[in-house]
Amino acid sequence: MSMRTPLAQVRGLGSAKAGAHHWWAQRLSAIALVPLFLWFVASLASIATADYATAVAWMGSPLNSALLVLLIGATFYHAQLGIQVVFEDYISTHWLQVTSIILVRFLAILLAVVSIIAVLRIAWGS
Amino acid sequence: MENSNRPLSPHLQIYKPQLTALLSIAHRASGVFLALGTLLLVYWLMALAQGPESYAQAQSFFGSWFGGLILFAWVFALFYHLCNGIRHLFWDMGMGFEIATVYTSGKIVIIAATALTLIAFVMAFAMRGGAV
Repeated sequence: MSMRTPLAQVRGLGSAKAGAHHWWAQRLSAIALVPLFLWFVASLASIATADYATAVAWMGSPLNSALLVLLIGATFYHAQLGIQVVFEDYISTHWLQVTSIILVRFLAILLAVVSIIAVLRIAWGS
Repeated sequence: MENSNRPLSPHLQIYKPQLTALLSIAHRASGVFLALGTLLLVYWLMALAQGPESYAQAQSFFGSWFGGLILFAWVFALFYHLCNGIRHLFWDMGMGFEIATVYTSGKIVIIAATALTLIAFVMAFAMRGGAV
């Protein structure tokens, strides 16, 4: 028999509270990603088969590196939000759901930071 | 309480497959596949950052038939998710919910995604050698 009050037992199980923010952030990142990915695929088509020097030179331009950083940030944000919804739909065991969402969020942040550092290193020629 | 063994009413066994449902789950599936694919993007960026030798290794992976297949699948998933995503954004604005419109926009999404993927690969082939 739980010694918690009825109120304490239901706290945290109610509305998503910040759900509207998640919804809007997903749409906003999606809108940003449309032109960013069109640009990225077009750029990739031109440098994908090029040599190392060409690829590095392409990434060295301020515009290209800036767009790439923005692409990386928006992509990992959008991807994390999307995966979160998938987990919320399919993982019914509460502790497993929360743990999975936290792990994916940390992973997204890690991968985003690693990628951005890689881009900046290439762009700044170290 | 969550994992009760009560029977579920049948769904996939009895509903006629429809374009709407197919495209919807494809949007989710492509999203998950794209998310996994970001690992390849990170790999490629790190290879480039680490110098010509590791970059050459990454390039040969993507140039191989296996890597190329994954790349093709990723690009198609990307364009499909992008086009269907735009379709979703129109729905978010309250537009395009009439049944006929839903089916038409769905077909346009498939055609556009296929076309964009083919254009991307034709461009990559045409610019082989690094013409920018």
